[in-house]
Formats: sequence, structure tokens, C-alpha cells
Amino acid sequence: MEMLPFILATVFTAATPLLIAALGEHVTERAGVLNLGVEGMMIVGAATGFAAAVLTDSSVLGILAGALAGMALSAVFALMVLVFATNQVATGLALTIMGLGLAGLIGQGFVGQPRAAIPPVKIPLLSEIPVLGKAIFTGDFVFFLSLALIGFVAWGLNRSRFGLLLRAVGESHGSAHALGLPVKRIRLVAILFGGLLAGLAGAYLSLIYTRFWSPGMSAGRGWIALALVVFAAGHVWRLVLGAYLFGGITVAQLHAQAGAIGLPSQFLSALPYLMTIAALLFLSISGRKGAGAAGSLGQPFVPER
Amino acid sequence: MSFNLALVPRREVSLIRQVLTPVLALVVALLIGGLIVWLMGRSPAKAFDVFLREPLTDPWALQEVLLKSTPLMLISIGLIFCFRANRWNIGAEGQFLLGGIFGGGVAIATHGLAGPWILPLMMLAGVAGGMLYAAIPAVLRNRFGISEILTSLMLVYVAELLLDYLVRGPWRDPKGFNFPQSVPFTDAAQLQPLFEGGRLHAGFALALLVVLVAILVFRRSLFGFAVKASGEAPRAANFAGFNEMRITLVVFLISGGLAGLAGMIEVSGQVGQLRPGFGQGLGFTAIIVAFLGRLSPVGAMLSSLVIAVLLIGAESAQVSLKLPFDLTRFFMGMLLLCVLAGESLNRYRLEFRKETA
Repeated sequence: MEMLPFILATVFTAATPLLIAALGEHVTERAGVLNLGVEGMMIVGAATGFAAAVLTDSSVLGILAGALAGMALSAVFALMVLVFATNQVATGLALTIMGLGLAGLIGQGFVGQPRAAIPPVKIPLLSEIPVLGKAIFTGDFVFFLSLALIGFVAWGLNRSRFGLLLRAVGESHGSAHALGLPVKRIRLVAILFGGLLAGLAGAYLSLIYTRFWSPGMSAGRGWIALALVVFAAGHVWRLVLGAYLFGGITVAQLHAQAGAIGLPSQFLSALPYLMTIAALLFLSISGRKGAGAAGSLGQPFVPER
Repeated sequence: MSFNLALVPRREVSLIRQVLTPVLALVVALLIGGLIVWLMGRSPAKAFDVFLREPLTDPWALQEVLLKSTPLMLISIGLIFCFRANRWNIGAEGQFLLGGIFGGGVAIATHGLAGPWILPLMMLAGVAGGMLYAAIPAVLRNRFGISEILTSLMLVYVAELLLDYLVRGPWRDPKGFNFPQSVPFTDAAQLQPLFEGGRLHAGFALALLVVLVAILVFRRSLFGFAVKASGEAPRAANFAGFNEMRITLVVFLISGGLAGLAGMIEVSGQVGQLRPGFGQGLGFTAIIVAFLGRLSPVGAMLSSLVIAVLLIGAESAQVSLKLPFDLTRFFMGMLLLCVLAGESLNRYRLEFRKETA
């Protein structure tokens, strides 16, 4: 019981970067754009965020810089798929490969430097509640920001005018264009938002989750975030559920490794990846095959004159 | 703000343009790369010398280039089948590792034995390993409609961990001072150099043979046509009676098998034992090779050689210029972007417009 709030808090910390990156990609995909560069944007966010935090001696500035770096990379993606109408799968892959290299270059001088934790935010009164107070109402500010982002994305996509236009563009870019909607401009916003959040998620990894920079530290989290978006099948609440489930698996897996339960550690490390496949399989068996993906997802948009 | 750029489809694309596009993309990427080297405070001229001239003029390095191009050629030829069919196998790295593990497994199991049957058996095992691993995303797509992109990629991480487990656990060399590596393969399990004192082995010739077969399949066979049709006009391909699921499975088996073969050749001909990290990301680099070669077998063969030159150059640049390998990785991603933009300009004309879109 003593351990419970602590364990819950680590689950939230492990889940938050997945949640943030997946929320961003969710918005991008709702607009009909598949950006496979999440992993690349995330790791560049992690490296840039850490480097900026060390250089300015401010973790908050670092997090901001990381988010902006992710957005900058997504701008390259936007240029490619919106102006040149390139294949989105290949472009996203290129972005990830490029991002992994770029992050290595940026983080070069910062490997192994430790970084102090950001002081936690305590919600007055609520943080005094036993168990939940320490688990939910005490946390880093990005965790609370991620909660706000859930609300913002859910409200934005379902209730706001811009969100409805964005989804219309995603469902059928041809019809949206015929109606006179600025397809490319709306998609640009969606792509940049996805990049901003992927970068933020990366900065969270290096500045809050591990508090050091090491090459390749995103370790496939960007890809898992992409899988979460598929798993969400269009619903933000399923995305949130999926992210926290994955946070739970990550933490359970780490505890199992520390507890030496006889299974090889490599098998436990492989669990998040295997669970991703299992989750997609579950989604399919439960009869939601291909459900929820935006109608124009991944198709290049070249308006006819 | 408005997008004043519009894409206008070209009626036809001349052959010269088709050939020049990837070359131009490479030149642009090299110029940007040079700029970054300059920003990093190194001499771009020296970098070009190390990356491009040295591997081509030094006979020892030239052999290394051919060796490095072997897995790239094999994997990218396989990927062409997938990409042409619009199937996205991006987990060739994992299939490459499984090929090495299966092939290497045979070498370890037959350790101490000799005979001309060992190498062919290793090859078969390598191909089988890659095929089995590639079949997973194909079956998941066919049977359950799951995106092959995510599953094939996830399996790369699993393959890396499997290799790590094997060489630290059951397959660790008892005399290896606790290093995570298998026993060194005996001569019977290693591809031997083609000539005295050299390093080049028969794997390269095999890769060229595969290129030749791929050319014939795409130019002359019904299957090659079915693959292209399925990618370019899936509905038409369906009406023509080409079974969509069978094509998915077969292109995955081809690319997985070739990646597996490449993995076995890498382990047997280059490394001489199993150890973590023998993949070197070649399975991902091969994706870039496939696109640089415009998804044609001849193109893939040529671009394998080009990329191999750059990779060998990168290895020596790490030592002589202290340029980190991450620079090369960044360059590869950027090159792919340049190639894709070039492809687009091949198909469309960019037109500047006054009015807003």
C-alpha cells in the first residue's frame, strides 16, 4: 500500500510521453495525413530539449525548445507531402531516419550528463488525499499539461469549428476542396501540431522521464504512439486508455526485470512491442477492422484545376 | 498566407529525366551534407575526398565497397517487390537479423564438423528465417487487416532482443571471456574469399544473380506484372483475377527471404560469428537504396554501390575526420527526402500561381 502511489505515479510518467505523441499524431491523422516520422521528431525533441536545458540551465526552456524542434522537423514533412505531394509512408520513414541522425549530432556533447528533476506541482488540497493525492494530484507540470491536452484535442476535434473542418478534410480531401476548404492550410496546422506534441513528448523523455540524454533513447516509443492512434480508432478516450495501459506494461516489465522472476530480461523488454501487435490484433478480432481511420488517410492530395 | 505552388501532371517523362532525377537528388543531398560538414567546422573538400574518392581509388576499400553493397543489393531487391506492390515492409532489418540468427544457428549446431553441405544448409536456414519472420506481418495483414507497417517495424525490436538473448544466453561462447558473442565459425561455415589474400566472397556474385533474376521477373513474368498492377491499380488487378492476399504473402516472402539470405551472408562472410549489432541498420538503409534506384532492379544495383561507397567513406571519416556516424544517418534520411521530392518533380511540374489555392 505504501508503494501504490509511487507505482501509479511511475505509470503516469511512463505513459505521458506516449500519450502526448499519440494525441499529436491523432490530430494529424484526423486531417488525413499519416506521419510515420513520430519516432524521429520525438528523438530530436529529446536531444534538443536536453541540450537547450543544459545550455540555458532551465528545464522549462528545454521542454519548449524540444517541442519547437519537433515542430521544425514536421515542417519539413509538411513541405514534402503538401507541396511536393510525396508518398507519405516513405517521407515519414525518411523523417525518422534523418531525425535519429540529427538527434545524435545535437546530443553529441551531452551524453551522460545528469539533470535535476523539475520540482513537482502539487494541486492544493487534492494532493492531500491518500494514495490518489500522491499519484494523480502531484506531478510535473507537463503531466498536467497532457491532461489539459486530452481535453483540448477531444473538444477541438468534436466541438470546435476548426476541428470539424479538419476532420472533413481528412475524410475526403476531394470533397473538402470542392467545398472551398483550404485543404493544405488545414493539413499544415495539423502536421505542425503533431510535430509540436511529438517534440514535447521527446523532451519529456530526456528531461523528466530519464533525466539524461542517450542516443536512441526513444526506443520505438514513436512507433508505439502510432500504433496507439490505430488502436484509438478515432476515439480520444481509447487513445488515453491505451497510453495508460502501455505505461502500466512498461512499469510492470521493469519491476519484473528488477524482481528477477526467471524470465530472460530480453523477453520482458520485448513485451511492449509484442503487446503493441497483440493490441492491434485484439482490435481486429473485436470487429473494428480498419474502423476509425480517416477516409483520405495517407493519400497524396493533388487538386485538379 | 497561401500556397502559390501547384503541381501540374506531366504528360510523359523522358528517359533522360528518369535517369537524371536520382543523380540530381544525390548531388543536392551531397551539397547540403557538405554545408553541414562546413557548419560543423570541418573542411567539406576533405570530407568529399574521404567519403567519395578514397573508397573508389584504394583497392582494399573497393573490395569493402563490394562487400558492403552485397546485403544492400539483396535486401533492396526484395523490398522493390513489396514497394512496387504498394505493400510496406519496413522491417527488413528484423528479417535480416533472423536470417543471420538461423544461418548462424546452423553454423553453431554443426560446429566442429566439416563438409561442403554446411554452407548451403546455412543459406537455406537464413532464407527460411527471413521468410518466416516476414510472413508474420503478411499473415496479420491478410487475415486480420492489421497494418503491415507497424507490425513489421515492431518485429525489428523483437529481433534485436532475440539476438541479444541468444548471444548472452544459450549461444554464448564459453571461451569468449563473457563477451556477448557466439563461438567463431569454422572455415566450413564461412564464405571463403574468391582470391588469395582478398576478402571478397561469393555473396557478391549471388547478389548480382538475384538482380538478374529480378530484372527478368519484372520484365517477362506474369507475376512481375501482377505485382506492378496490384500496386498501381489495385482494383484493376483484382478484376484481372490477381489474388490480392496471395500477392501480399508472396512479396513479403520474397523480401523476407532475400533479407534473410543477406543476413546469413553477412554473418558467414563478414562477421564470422553472431554478435549484437551485426545488423548495422542495413535493413533500413536498403529502403533508401530501393527508392534511390527508383524501385527498379538495375537502379537498386547501382544505388547499392553508391550507398556502399558512402558507408565505407563514413567508416573512415569517423577515424580520420572525427565525423560521427550520425552525420551519415542524417544524410541518408535527407537523401531519401531529396529522392522523393525529385520523383514528384518527375511526375509533376511545379507551377507558381498568383491566386490562392
